Amino acid sequence: MTSNLTSEEQAAAAAVERSAATSQLRFATAGSVDDGKSTLVGRLLHDSKSVLADQLEAVAHASRSRGQEAPDLALLTDGLRAEREQGITIDVAYRYFATPKRRFILADTPGHVQYTRNMVTGASTAELAVVLVDARNGVVEQTRRHAAVAALLRVPHVVLAVNKMDLVDYAEPVFAAIAEEFTTYAASLGVPGWGSEGNPQENWCTAIPISALAGDNVVTPSANMDWYGGPTVLEHLETVPVGTDPSQDPARFPVQYVIRPQTTEHPDYRGYAGQIASGVLRVGDAVTVLPSGRTSTITGIDALGAMVDVAWAPQSVTVTLADDLDISRGDLIAPSDHAPETTRDVEATVCHLHDRPLRVGDRVLLKHTTRTMKAIIKDIPSRLTLADLSHHPAPGELAANDIGRVVLRTSEPLALDAYEDSRRTGSFLLIDPADGTTLTAGMAGDSFAPSADGAEAARGDEGWNF
Amino acid sequence: MTTVTAINAEEGAGLYALAHLDALESEAVHIFREVAGEFERPVILFSGGKDSIVMLHLALKAFAPAAVPFSLLHVDTGHNFPEVIDYRDNTVARHGLRLHVASVQEFIDDGRLRERPDGTRNPLQTVPLLDAIEKNRFDAVFGGGRRDEEKARAKERVFSLRDEFGGWDPRRQRPELWQLYNGRHSPGEHVRVFPLSNWTELDVWQYIAREKIDLPQIYYAHEREVFRRSGMWLAPGEWGGPKDDETVERRMVRYRTVGDMSCTGAVESDAVTIEQVIDEIATSRLTERGATRADDKLSEAAMEDRKREGYF
Repeated sequence: MTSNLTSEEQAAAAAVERSAATSQLRFATAGSVDDGKSTLVGRLLHDSKSVLADQLEAVAHASRSRGQEAPDLALLTDGLRAEREQGITIDVAYRYFATPKRRFILADTPGHVQYTRNMVTGASTAELAVVLVDARNGVVEQTRRHAAVAALLRVPHVVLAVNKMDLVDYAEPVFAAIAEEFTTYAASLGVPGWGSEGNPQENWCTAIPISALAGDNVVTPSANMDWYGGPTVLEHLETVPVGTDPSQDPARFPVQYVIRPQTTEHPDYRGYAGQIASGVLRVGDAVTVLPSGRTSTITGIDALGAMVDVAWAPQSVTVTLADDLDISRGDLIAPSDHAPETTRDVEATVCHLHDRPLRVGDRVLLKHTTRTMKAIIKDIPSRLTLADLSHHPAPGELAANDIGRVVLRTSEPLALDAYEDSRRTGSFLLIDPADGTTLTAGMAGDSFAPSADGAEAARGDEGWNF
Repeated sequence: MTTVTAINAEEGAGLYALAHLDALESEAVHIFREVAGEFERPVILFSGGKDSIVMLHLALKAFAPAAVPFSLLHVDTGHNFPEVIDYRDNTVARHGLRLHVASVQEFIDDGRLRERPDGTRNPLQTVPLLDAIEKNRFDAVFGGGRRDEEKARAKERVFSLRDEFGGWDPRRQRPELWQLYNGRHSPGEHVRVFPLSNWTELDVWQYIAREKIDLPQIYYAHEREVFRRSGMWLAPGEWGGPKDDETVERRMVRYRTVGDMSCTGAVESDAVTIEQVIDEIATSRLTERGATRADDKLSEAAMEDRKREGYF
């Protein structure tokens, strides 16, 4: 900024600077049909003043043409004509809104069709999941599935929104019983190693009594529930800690692209471009390149135009090394003292996404970070029922929306982390080599404790504080 | 310039937090580099509008100090704002880029397209676009579309698979999980890529301010001859406006979007600096497209229909 600005202009510039430096929360919503999810999302958008006049006008118009007097906020998130005509649901719709405190990216996942696939997709990048229940129905099978998916995908925070409190006379015992039942189930998920990403288990779930239709505890505190002293949904979204502390995680830098200008100005420049998948990189770090196992030292980090000494996930940077190594797209740069093992035998929990089932013996492509290789499905030891986490051995195949355990053999060594340690470097896709279809989403390592029931008793009372 | 600040120290995220513009920037750069790593012949749609300008800025950053490994493609409706064409040509020259132009006018002149009765050429862009994609064998086409623009876009993927007719079939769109983008496609098919998917209009303007990116002057308030049609201020020009019953007057206006002159409306504004523009957008009660695009007012599903036929 030049110095001849008026104080008013300077104040305006400062305001711009401030609003540009807010944090960002990605969250997902999940609910069964008629739990009021669209109304909740519409209410969040509307009451946070994120719905503009022309959008409201369109909603009012559509509501009138359907014979409704008041604008139906659920129409703000209405589907596309192609979906209605073909009877399909496109998995996730993204909504954007902001408050002075934070900026939000909402993955709005439809609850009815293909719900597992949809929620897995929405939850994969979410830092928080809102699970809705109808106060009149309490915790139902879908609620348990939603909690299980959030736990499986390692979503760091869950909000249990007990909706339609107006229809149960805003009665505290109703809310308390539902929160208690959900707590008990969530505890039984027995997620091993939870908390290793710096998200203490006790903060996983927050239960909030709301009425999306009447607006109670969505944006403004309810006047009908004096007994509730906690935050509204929006207050909670604005204050829940975002991100994880990258300094707790080992650095992982999958190379996306090698930058070699070969110009007179930069004749020998060789930079490795990528997005830091986890942890912190520092100039001077001793690093190992996988799968080759060669070692070098970081000599420079270019953070999109600024030379820095330190950078962290999820920054996109370009790294230079002391030695001229043969490094290409698909290689992983990791600290020499915390490099992952490479393996060709992968055990994972997967969610099958496509209508064509996944079978033992299928030859697929496996895409992990920036690397794609061939793989064979060696075994499908079990399928999981999400509602009670029971295992069904040897299912033979996994159909769309099935969650199961899979054993794979890859054509090349893979530098894979356990998903519980790193969502980014522990996840992969299976792709049909014939037509490129995305078939399956995979999470390496254990998901739920194999003996979920046994582990519970010990774990039961500690750490789950709703 | 990366402004990494300890915005969340009190929330326990420690020193290693990213402001939302940095997070959006890193995400977009990641998308550009994925495409560079996995496609043979990518191209950036570049109209000289603010979203395409931001895309190019991000691409320049993603590959520095090397050159951007993509060429640019402008689908020229022939109804251009002269300031924007000047900007386009200067930008191409300054960065030593290669520009392809697909001309709607040429298609009209040789009879492959016919002028619409309402004179608007936005819907006519699809055919020259697909022709250029096919002729140049582009396999990835970067567009500046944002999911906050419109509800058909809210469900768009970052990697959007298009068939050999450029069509968008919702059934064939792939679930996108984590940051794993699947760009595999059959010969003749291509993938539209939207690096600004998660940006809002306000983010784009805040980023332009932070990075001090030059824009065509028509984005800032200026006095211009305009006339009223369908509730919007349109600028007279060779494209055919105004009609006899429409009167031209001089007003202080600026453009929130830049497209075909025949259907891109100006908004009345006094915002001459970027700070004033941001202030105006932050308090606007209309969406960008609602305020400025006649073509989206045609029907509730207008964008959806054009998209399925191969529009951006």
